[in-house]
Amino acid sequence: MIRSVMVINTQGKPRLAKFYEFQPAEKQQELIRSVYGVLSSRAENVSNFVDAESIFGPDTRLVYKHFATLYFVFVFDSSENELAMLDLIQVFVETLDKCFKNVCELDVVLNYSKMHTVLDEIIFGGQVLETSSTEVMKAVEEISRLEAASNAISLVPKSVSSWRSR
Amino acid sequence: MEQLKTIGRELAMGSQGGFGQSKEFLDLVKSIGEARSKAEEERIVLLEIETLKRRLSEPDIPKRKMKEYIIRLVYVEMLGHDGSFAYIHAVKMTHDDNLLLKRTGYLAVSLFLSDDHDLIILIVNTIQKDLRSDNYLVVCAALNAVCKLINDETVPAVLPQVVDLLGHPKEAVRKKAIMALHRFYQKSPSSVSHLVSNFRKRLCDNDPGVMGATLCSLFDLITIDANSFKDLVVSFVSILKQVAERRLPKAYDYHQLPAPFIQIRLLKILALLGSGDKQSSEQMYTVVGDIFRKCDSSSNIGNAVLYECICCVSSIYPNPRLLEQAAQVISRFLKSDSHNLKYMGIDALGRLIKISPEIAEQHQLAVIDCLEDPDDTLKRKTFELLYKMTKSSNVEVIVDRMIDYMISINDNHYKTYIASRCVELAEQFAPSNQWFILTMNKVFEHAGDLVNVKVAHNLMKLIAEGFGEDDDNADSQLRSSAVESYLRIIGEPKLPSVFLQVICWVLGEYGTADGKYSASYITGKLCDVAEAYSNDESVKAYAVTAIMKIYAFEISARRKVDILPECQSLVEELSASHSTDLQQRAYELQAVISLDAPAVESIIPPDASCEDIEIDKNLSFLNGYVQEALEKGAQPYIPENERSGVLDISNFGNQDHHEALTHSLRFEAYELPKPVMPSRVPPAAVASSTELVPVPEPSYARETRQPASLPSASDAGSSELKLRLDGVQKKWGRPTYSSSASPSTNSSSSTSHKTTNGVTQVDSVGTSNSKARDTYDSRRPQVEISPEKQKLASSLFGGPSKTEKRPSSANHKASKASTHTSEKSQAPKAAAAHTEVNREPAPDLLDLGDSTSSSSAPAIDPFKQLEGLLDQTDVASNVNHGTAGAAKTPDFMGLYADTPVSGLGSSVGDLLPTNRDEFNLTSELSNATRTAQGGVTQFNKGPNPKDALEKDSLVRQMGVTPTSPNPNLFRDLLG
Repeated sequence: MIRSVMVINTQGKPRLAKFYEFQPAEKQQELIRSVYGVLSSRAENVSNFVDAESIFGPDTRLVYKHFATLYFVFVFDSSENELAMLDLIQVFVETLDKCFKNVCELDVVLNYSKMHTVLDEIIFGGQVLETSSTEVMKAVEEISRLEAASNAISLVPKSVSSWRSR
Repeated sequence: MEQLKTIGRELAMGSQGGFGQSKEFLDLVKSIGEARSKAEEERIVLLEIETLKRRLSEPDIPKRKMKEYIIRLVYVEMLGHDGSFAYIHAVKMTHDDNLLLKRTGYLAVSLFLSDDHDLIILIVNTIQKDLRSDNYLVVCAALNAVCKLINDETVPAVLPQVVDLLGHPKEAVRKKAIMALHRFYQKSPSSVSHLVSNFRKRLCDNDPGVMGATLCSLFDLITIDANSFKDLVVSFVSILKQVAERRLPKAYDYHQLPAPFIQIRLLKILALLGSGDKQSSEQMYTVVGDIFRKCDSSSNIGNAVLYECICCVSSIYPNPRLLEQAAQVISRFLKSDSHNLKYMGIDALGRLIKISPEIAEQHQLAVIDCLEDPDDTLKRKTFELLYKMTKSSNVEVIVDRMIDYMISINDNHYKTYIASRCVELAEQFAPSNQWFILTMNKVFEHAGDLVNVKVAHNLMKLIAEGFGEDDDNADSQLRSSAVESYLRIIGEPKLPSVFLQVICWVLGEYGTADGKYSASYITGKLCDVAEAYSNDESVKAYAVTAIMKIYAFEISARRKVDILPECQSLVEELSASHSTDLQQRAYELQAVISLDAPAVESIIPPDASCEDIEIDKNLSFLNGYVQEALEKGAQPYIPENERSGVLDISNFGNQDHHEALTHSLRFEAYELPKPVMPSRVPPAAVASSTELVPVPEPSYARETRQPASLPSASDAGSSELKLRLDGVQKKWGRPTYSSSASPSTNSSSSTSHKTTNGVTQVDSVGTSNSKARDTYDSRRPQVEISPEKQKLASSLFGGPSKTEKRPSSANHKASKASTHTSEKSQAPKAAAAHTEVNREPAPDLLDLGDSTSSSSAPAIDPFKQLEGLLDQTDVASNVNHGTAGAAKTPDFMGLYADTPVSGLGSSVGDLLPTNRDEFNLTSELSNATRTAQGGVTQFNKGPNPKDALEKDSLVRQMGVTPTSPNPNLFRDLLG
């Protein structure tokens, strides 16, 4: 099971944090800080895997990938495969790239809720849901379309909309 | 006019994805991005919270605004600030009809709330309604929230709806429903235990995605109980076969590989099902072999599948052909340049050596490379591997390495871990007691506070009880060597408390035993300890007791006792101590000293630490007194557990489970979400709500499940910290530890074969050397295998026979020392006698992979090194062996034909360009493969300069990434 997904920038600011098992806010901060501490001290050209047991407890591994100014971090347990998780990060970033066209840190910040939408289409309740960025894109676009549509509906006066929903 | 502008802005933002934010949010992000210090950021965020609080309390907030506030709050909370004042607004938002708002609400609550938060009760009703919605997106949003927010108490409320969704026409919904069920199962196994058949049924779903989702749940179920799913082996094998044969729609391909995540999951399941089951395993051989053959090893995901194959092969009933294929893949991993693959290779090797221990030998150099790699992750993984292959012949080298590493790191968690590993290995395989004590000293010195106290007790026990054989002489030797080493260490500053306790105890017990040290010398040292660590009471207690013992032994030996002045003052200080324990010890000491010899002898007999102490647990000597008291009319004693109204204390400790259960039962009673139960209760809901009552089962099952999922190796390790001192010839041998015992027997037979046949052994190593070098060429072409590494390799992997052991460890030490000496003049002679090898300083540079200075020396050295291992008296084989070496040298020389052997500087200059060329080539190659993998997706991803420029300027304006020179684009991604 995937325990957590984090996106942290190279200065240690969290850009996205999702924990599939509830962690109180202070604990989240602590985890993010320790993860950043480990990642920032790692050299270039080393493996993308980090021993995470000292941070997240027994049976946890951490895979990260460094893109431009961001670290993408997945934490998971022994029921997942490290290399596969590395590719899942790739899927996530590829999807973001398709979503925002040449994604950069700013997109990630400004489209906070969309990031979550994308992530929710890839990982569901800690399990891998979809690995094809094309499929994820389809789903996300569908959501955007319907959301826009429902927005339009809600512009219609209340009485009409309640009539429609009947 | 103003409004039009904002609409225009929002339209523009909308085109970017429909998630428009206001200027305020942009300003917030911008100011946080520009914050110079943590305090400044704090201030900005607090201000934002204030603003949000004010805004949220205003009446009639437009919905669109509300949505933005909530998103801003999520953002603020991610930065680590409390946003609980607005949770209720997020909850309210989930009730909204508007999809956008509803989804935002669900997102916020699933990020904000824990599954036992009070507000959940308000959401459950909405979730129930939404799960029945016509709009599949609403259903999905609700399912998403369900995974995070539902706990074992609220599961019954939504379970029927989720089960209904398993038949939903949309596969995306079915997929999520099955995953939500899986989540329920993880959180509360009992509430869905009657639904296991649903998982089996969904395995046959038309949609491969749904089938794939089912595999996750089945994997969990099978991890707990493999036996009840043996009937599915055939189905899993046939599914895997179909997937591997590309019967799935093209859409499931990932990097030209058919549904790799499904393959991985299936291989994991097969590994569980085939473990220790020959019949099931045989059904898997063909398909696993096929995957080995078909899998593309050039892509990351292909290697992931291959790795999973190896795991599967090493878990199921062994098959020689598959093992061979696995070994091939492992060697490819280990020879790769990628640290990731090396890591996987080392991991896989660790799995496979349990079955075929001989496989490690061909990879010795790769393993040593990994051990010396700067990458910590890789290093740790390699230590893991070494731990698995430790035997009595290589324990010294491995534990030495581990201790060196342990000293070098700061990470306490890992330090504790590796220290316990060292102790475990030392206890199991120690070649001599002397070595054992020295090793333990090092461990205690550097990680004393981190190791288990038991270890210290074991060490004391070992020193006290000695070998277990009836060899008193050796015992006393051991003790005096321990005393000596402790007297040496005792002066060092800041020793860990546990270690000091051991030292004090040993000095007290045996400090004067061999007559080498006088009582006053030892007591002086002990007083120093007590003084230096004056705030550590247990150390002081140990020290004062040790002093008492020393004096007592002196008295019983009828020697005159003079009490040192510092000792006197220590005793005086302690007798006024706040600690009653210390006080008592001090008074005891004073009392003992004033007694005469026979009395002292009976109180503290010399060398009696191993005698059993008889304890009369029934306190039978008090019977007469009790009887007397009863006759006088005293109340008889009622055992605690028979007293009414008193908690059963004796059972209390044993029944943690029980306690936990009653606890959770009480929770049930209070928090059962009665109001949200549907009024028209369908029969299924009734059934599941009755499921709630037998709570003992769920939590018990969970508790047993957790240990099972832990890595068993470490588990066994920690529980087996105890020394086995009883009987047999090998004190530390642990006969039950099969995984490490079997390698040692196996390889001992294989090496005996080697020593008889020296030449073949040389040849095989020679070829592996050249092979290894070939693969490193691309990264660092000038790499040669240094003699030091060879030595290490031989001491790690080499023969375990007794005659070889000592020289190899000596070699190791010599080489270790030589790395510290700077490089002296190198005079490589092909015919150098092998005695020279040891003396010749192994140059530092070689170790760093720069061997240009002596291209021929290292080429020869390995063989000389091996000579040392082989039967040295056999001249004939030496000659053979020399020719073999000579035959190889031209090969090496050819490679460096244009490299002047002596001209160091120029040779480096010569090599560098070629190095760079090759590097470029490889990078180009990898680029090419990547573009090939990327395929069609590459097209629409190409960097668009105009976009990038626009973004760049925006970024600069926003100041989000002020330090980055090129903030745009993920170059890495685009290859």
